Amino acid sequence: MSDIIKLQEIASQVRRDIVRMVCKAKSGHPGGSLGITDVMTALYFDEMQHNPQNWERSGKGQDMFVLSAGHLAPVYYSVLARSGYFPKEELGTLRRFGSRLQGHPCVTDHLPGVFKPSGSLGQGLSVAAGMALGKKLENDAHRVYVLCGDGESEEGQIWEAAMWAPHHKLDNLIAFTDWNGQQIDGPTETITGINDLSDKWLAFGWDVIEADGHDFESILQAFELAHAANGKPKMILFKTEMGHGVDFMAGTHKWHGKAPSEDECNRALAQLKETLGDF
Amino acid sequence: MKKYTDSGKKDTRSGFGAGLLEAGRRDSRVLALTADLKGSVKMDAFAAEFPERFVQCGIAESNMVGVAAGLAITGKVPFIGSFAEFVTGRVYDQLRQEVAYGHTNVKIASSHAGITLGEDGATHQTMEDIALMRALPGMAVVVPCDYNQTKNATIAAAAYEGPVYLRFGRPSVPNFTPEDEAFEIGKAYLLNEGCDITIAACGHLVWEALQAAEALEAEGIRADVINFATIKPLDEQALLASVKKTGCCVVAEEHNMAGGLGEAVSGVLAAGHPAPVEFVNGADRFGQSGTPAELMQAYSLNADAIVKAAHKAIGRK
Repeated sequence: MSDIIKLQEIASQVRRDIVRMVCKAKSGHPGGSLGITDVMTALYFDEMQHNPQNWERSGKGQDMFVLSAGHLAPVYYSVLARSGYFPKEELGTLRRFGSRLQGHPCVTDHLPGVFKPSGSLGQGLSVAAGMALGKKLENDAHRVYVLCGDGESEEGQIWEAAMWAPHHKLDNLIAFTDWNGQQIDGPTETITGINDLSDKWLAFGWDVIEADGHDFESILQAFELAHAANGKPKMILFKTEMGHGVDFMAGTHKWHGKAPSEDECNRALAQLKETLGDF
Repeated sequence: MKKYTDSGKKDTRSGFGAGLLEAGRRDSRVLALTADLKGSVKMDAFAAEFPERFVQCGIAESNMVGVAAGLAITGKVPFIGSFAEFVTGRVYDQLRQEVAYGHTNVKIASSHAGITLGEDGATHQTMEDIALMRALPGMAVVVPCDYNQTKNATIAAAAYEGPVYLRFGRPSVPNFTPEDEAFEIGKAYLLNEGCDITIAACGHLVWEALQAAEALEAEGIRADVINFATIKPLDEQALLASVKKTGCCVVAEEHNMAGGLGEAVSGVLAAGHPAPVEFVNGADRFGQSGTPAELMQAYSLNADAIVKAAHKAIGRK
């Protein structure tokens, strides 16, 4: 249990980071980041074998993570900084001119921990699949993780990769979907029905695991199940709530791409314990 | 005029296949990926010798670009091969984000480029690819002229650090460059020296440029013939030195006017040495079905057209 309390404390700080970063930048995407915070915290602080002090882009001898849904940059930057990839003070530069923390992640300024740019949706799964094949070719037993959005699954390229990865038996590829049921224009079912995600991935030949994206026991158990060396890539469908942890942002698409005002920021921070010191 | 001999017509895509095999023998990081066109893009020999380094991607070009970028991140040197349209226009956003902006060491093997793809018609004949690739920051754009040069350019592309767009074609064309000339990305090759006009060409039009120079010589007009096998980065020094000497230029390419070698040359000259420039290209049209010879004739992509353009350019001096 103590491990889980530790993860909960980190997640609370990560949520504070997200709200403060986006408020300071006066633009950005807080909703999705808050929703996937628990999963990303579990990934970076428990699941992945990585060495932030000794990072190199080739990812040799380490687990690698690809963010496909690039607008989730705030949570990505926060877990990277809190893991020690770069100083947490840099979080305050999000979206500023000259910052390494671009509105969507990039590799131009060699921000440690970032393997590829993302922003144009639907591409990360293919890249992660390529990395997973690269690791197989190198006999590197480490894994490649990739985060996709549920709305992002409307992109056709996702399904090209979905068909390709099982064919190449990439069981070192662990994909997960942030299944929050929301996208910019509203609930996903009202935009293009992507229901039955589980059936879809199963039909493409993936091991499919469903988990509660806000319950650390469920999250860690899902990762554990995804370790099976059975010749199949893994898709974890994390049920999440957009804006989770901040009552007035929770469960709606309205905070997808909107920054909180100072007042709203303070109201949000009052709900989130500062556990590791703000940036 | 310097004599060039055709050692026997060959397709440039086979030059790529031979170069890929050689690059694969030299460097175990080299991989070949295709989207269900292994034979067409001449990856058969590579796949036979290095089966574990050949990656079939199926008819899913977008995924292929992503997979290649991922492989490149882990330290591989992937060549992705398909028809020119399908590895440029179809996957522009993927190339932009994952290869150019992503700084991945991916090589784009673009076969069946231009109108000389022939009978399949305009859906498969891209005349816009050079423009698309030139517009991507950091992308080297290489358009070799014959079998030998395509082979050597492929070997050079594998050794080059960074993304390369390598364009070649389907028809058999004269093979006249030296068999083992090391190819240098970014270097223009001066094939003939004259003083009256500069003929800048790339790809299949280089042989036509040499034929045109011969015809012009018979009229007493002496031409610099420059093979711009690299369009980006363009060898500006070679271009400026030549046009400062000759005072005018013809640019010949199997491509749309927009964004091709012609505009690249014009840009350099406008800034560095304004001079009359005439163009031999596919104008602003789509292609159509026909044999390569019929199409080159119909779209005025040949030595005759270059000679006419040369007269016009000289007349404007």
